Amino acid sequence: MRRSGRPSLRRRQDMDTPDSGGMTPLGRKTAETGINFTSTTRFSRGLTFIRTHTLFGQSPTRRIIPQTSLLQENADPQKIAFLLRKQWTLYSVTPMYKFSYGNLKEYSRLLSAFVAAEKQKGLAVEVGNDLGIKVTLSTLLGLKGTDQDQVAILVQIASRSQLPFENAEDKVVWSGWFCCICGDDLLESVPEDFTCLSLFLANGAESYTAIVGSWFQKTFDCYFSRLTISPLNLAWMAAMWTGCKVDSHMAATELVFSVPCIPQSLDISYAIHPEDAKALWDTVQKTPGEVTQEEVNLFMDCLYSHFHRHFKIHLSATRLVKVSTSIASAHCDGNIKFLHSKHLIGVLTLLTELAISQIQ
Amino acid sequence: MSLVRPFDKLPTLNSAAILLVGTDESQQQQLAEAILKEKKTFKINIHVATSLPLPAERDHIRPRIDLIAFMINMQSKHSLRNVEASLSHMDANFFLGKVCFLITGVGRMNHCSVEMNAVRKLGNLYCSPVLFCELDSEGIRVATAQRLLRMLQICAGHMPGVSALFFSSVMKSSIDE
Repeated sequence: MRRSGRPSLRRRQDMDTPDSGGMTPLGRKTAETGINFTSTTRFSRGLTFIRTHTLFGQSPTRRIIPQTSLLQENADPQKIAFLLRKQWTLYSVTPMYKFSYGNLKEYSRLLSAFVAAEKQKGLAVEVGNDLGIKVTLSTLLGLKGTDQDQVAILVQIASRSQLPFENAEDKVVWSGWFCCICGDDLLESVPEDFTCLSLFLANGAESYTAIVGSWFQKTFDCYFSRLTISPLNLAWMAAMWTGCKVDSHMAATELVFSVPCIPQSLDISYAIHPEDAKALWDTVQKTPGEVTQEEVNLFMDCLYSHFHRHFKIHLSATRLVKVSTSIASAHCDGNIKFLHSKHLIGVLTLLTELAISQIQ
Repeated sequence: MSLVRPFDKLPTLNSAAILLVGTDESQQQQLAEAILKEKKTFKINIHVATSLPLPAERDHIRPRIDLIAFMINMQSKHSLRNVEASLSHMDANFFLGKVCFLITGVGRMNHCSVEMNAVRKLGNLYCSPVLFCELDSEGIRVATAQRLLRMLQICAGHMPGVSALFFSSVMKSSIDE
């Protein structure tokens, strides 16, 4: 029987796998377990996204943890603190056409008018009555992985205070920010007029997110899609974040698993003392600064077998839905909470990578 | 505890036996029913097991196994580990075309706990075809049943001139050439 000597992975022209429900190609809704067969050949759309190392459904075998992943000096500590300890919903954004950093005031004005118009739809309001919504677009300095990364943008919707006092502050009702950290390796040869801010995080009412999203989609011809995190990537996050050194108080590493049961699904929460989790990770990781798939698998297998020994439940047969460490906490529906400013860039790098792989 | 061997028993006239190994019993049951519903010209025995090795007590009444299909659910790492453990309890002669891997659960990428590399490596390492099928969907289940039935016919030697060794051509990709 003839067998190729190369053990490397081979491209297949077409595979009989149904179209994946999670990774939606631009503008197309796919059934979750449909009988749609997709070819795995890349379709070029004028913008060539070159993905040299992955095929359908593959995750990288190793990830480098950047050593110099500190915030740059010109970061505003107040604005950075604003990003922490909030629940952000993740979206992946395709590159925006003709977005200019110089026109941020203009964009704020247009977006305010758009939000006010959308909010007033269907309401009988006097003409000229100002709903008191103010939208500001500003740059978030310091959130860059490499020098080629685009500057992050912060969008805030504030409701103007109704009080007549001079120094009454506006209350921020919705925030969203765009960023792209270390996205260059994956986004090669993007034409000039496009700005790549692939990751979008939103906090606040879903209605505002939809309005802001539709304005950006109309104005800059981009597309927003919800970024969901698979259990594989959550396992990577658990392993990578457990290994991060945290000087201050360390929170327990908590993993939540969902067991498919009829009639209601069962949730299992597995909390590990942070010192123990870090000690386990230190024995597993061989090269500092680099994490491989085998190490992640080994780390998770150790946790699963420990659980099995005590409770006789195979956690490997369940689905990991939430990972929570001292650095950050992530849920498979695409929600994230940053807990530590020092490791913010590291987490954003990983999320940017996931966002870019979803839009490709 | 005995090794499953492909050639240590005599074949019975006009019949074939398939063994389905996997952790999800309900899925095995559904696939077995789909196989039985298909039109066929020979008698078929479907054995199901959660893991190998098979218990030794019933070895003498078990017919010769012609095809073993390992079922792996991409949403459960446990199923992959179970299959990997079972593979070590098999006679090496089985890997001459009488083994195949059925991978289910790829359709929902967000629920996959097993990485694609691991499954491809398994297929390459054991020189066996890897079939991706969504056994939850009725149409694909019927198609997979038909496929398995055809493979079983060949493995049991019911097709003159075609041997199980030819399945290695199923694993080749046209890009490689």
